[in-house]
Amino acid sequence: MTSSSPKPASVKASLPEPVLNDKNGILMTNRRWPIEQWARPWSLPGYRNGAMMLAGIVLGILAGGALIGELSKWGDRLYALMGSFAAAKGISTVAVEAVWIAIKVLIVLHVILLNGLWSIWWERKISAHIQSRVGPTYAGGFHGWAQTILDGVKLFLKEDITPAAADQWVHALAPAIVIAPCIAAFAPVLFGSELAAARLDVGALYIFAFAGISVIGVVMAGWASGNKYSLLGGLRAAAQIVSYELPRGFSVVPVIMFAGSLDLSVIVSAQSGFWWGMAPRWFVFYPVVGQVAFLIFLIASIAETNRTPFDIPEAESELVGGFHTEYSGMKWSVFFLAEYAYVLLGSFLLATFFLGGGGSPLPWTPFTLVPSWVWMLAKAMLMMFVFLWVRWTLPRLRVDQLMDVNWKFLLPWSFANIALAGLYLAFWLK
Amino acid sequence: MMSAYAAVYAFALMGAGFAAVVLIAAKVFRPSVPYARKESTYECGIPAVGSSEVKLNIRFHAFALLFVLFDVELLYVYPWAVAARELGRVALLEMGAFLAVLFLGLAFAWRKGALSWE
Repeated sequence: MTSSSPKPASVKASLPEPVLNDKNGILMTNRRWPIEQWARPWSLPGYRNGAMMLAGIVLGILAGGALIGELSKWGDRLYALMGSFAAAKGISTVAVEAVWIAIKVLIVLHVILLNGLWSIWWERKISAHIQSRVGPTYAGGFHGWAQTILDGVKLFLKEDITPAAADQWVHALAPAIVIAPCIAAFAPVLFGSELAAARLDVGALYIFAFAGISVIGVVMAGWASGNKYSLLGGLRAAAQIVSYELPRGFSVVPVIMFAGSLDLSVIVSAQSGFWWGMAPRWFVFYPVVGQVAFLIFLIASIAETNRTPFDIPEAESELVGGFHTEYSGMKWSVFFLAEYAYVLLGSFLLATFFLGGGGSPLPWTPFTLVPSWVWMLAKAMLMMFVFLWVRWTLPRLRVDQLMDVNWKFLLPWSFANIALAGLYLAFWLK
Repeated sequence: MMSAYAAVYAFALMGAGFAAVVLIAAKVFRPSVPYARKESTYECGIPAVGSSEVKLNIRFHAFALLFVLFDVELLYVYPWAVAARELGRVALLEMGAFLAVLFLGLAFAWRKGALSWE
């Protein structure tokens, strides 16, 4: 310590004065979260405005849905209009059918694309609030609603780097192989009680079959990148997706046994009606069997989409990015479009198989007036919230734990569940 | 029902067409300024060591085999599940026996250590 240094008193004088609250004289920097106020949350203007806005949005959707009515009726009207127009102009009915199918396919494609915008924004908001942040706020103004659109434009215009060590053709083909079966799997998905692009009598099997093809694209991406991380990530993804397909398939078997069909609309109509005039006969409410099947299907669906706690294939702390380490620009965003499309598919399947599809949860008047597509969308969004919530709450499993959960826990219990469902059929449901 | 399967073909075409259009359109619009260092394999910022064809855990192979076995059996269970109500208790017992054999297979694989990762 040198003798010419300034005295401690002058150092102390340069510090800012402590800020005190002028109301109660308590140090502001020592402030705690105002728990007393949260005992009466309605007195907080921010809480009140937020709750009223949320209620307004929900009521607006319900009123708008009731005003529009069943979308399938509008579709029937449009189809009849097209038929009469074609009859007046002398156009063949085959052309009308082709145009009608094209319209339906394009609508479903837009559902998938809009879901990409919506669910990524929603996931960022949910993750932010879970971690005490606020998430996107600036882009577009209202809660950063335009964030994903701008991200999409940026990714579209971003340079796409293919590493020199990569197999150029397979590297470029892999995202296409992931997204194409994903879009095709949406053909029989029910968006209301009758609202589907194609009513297939093997709907459930069709969806599982097509959703299973995407894993080939993931392995191709891992193999073709010429990168160790990608290769390991791709093979882990293959092992995981392929393994979790088994409990996912076996957990639906009780549902198919009770409904007696693979047709999704028959599965939904098998869940219509109420026990004791008030409890909906959804498969999730069938004692034990329903809940076990629901949980196994939910866990396996989360694992199928490679999301935390099952994100071993892209574990960023050990494998950089897994199978998409060497992807950038549009190819990368196609992988993520497919991931969020599979989240949407899983949400709609959970709503269809276990939550009664487009059926109203209560048998009374204001609920039964709401059209089926609103109920379906509400249930699917609830399930999507569970997907996002789980991702940002649970830590990642280790690769051996991941395999153990599947092969030693989910798979035996799904067998036991089928046996119990067989006992129900023999003695209770007949 | 025929038009439903026509829609399936339309969906398959649309899936492939969407991927092609999006990837080709992005190729038209985006810049492309490749050079050697940019095209090098990513390995945390240092030059990549060795080839990417590393040794892999043999477990992947074992799980793939198990998957094929159980997935085929899943395909047998589905048609039975559709008809389980009409077929009655005899079919329930038969499927119980089938599932018991399946479960024994799983238990055998478990006992032999095929289900453990290490």
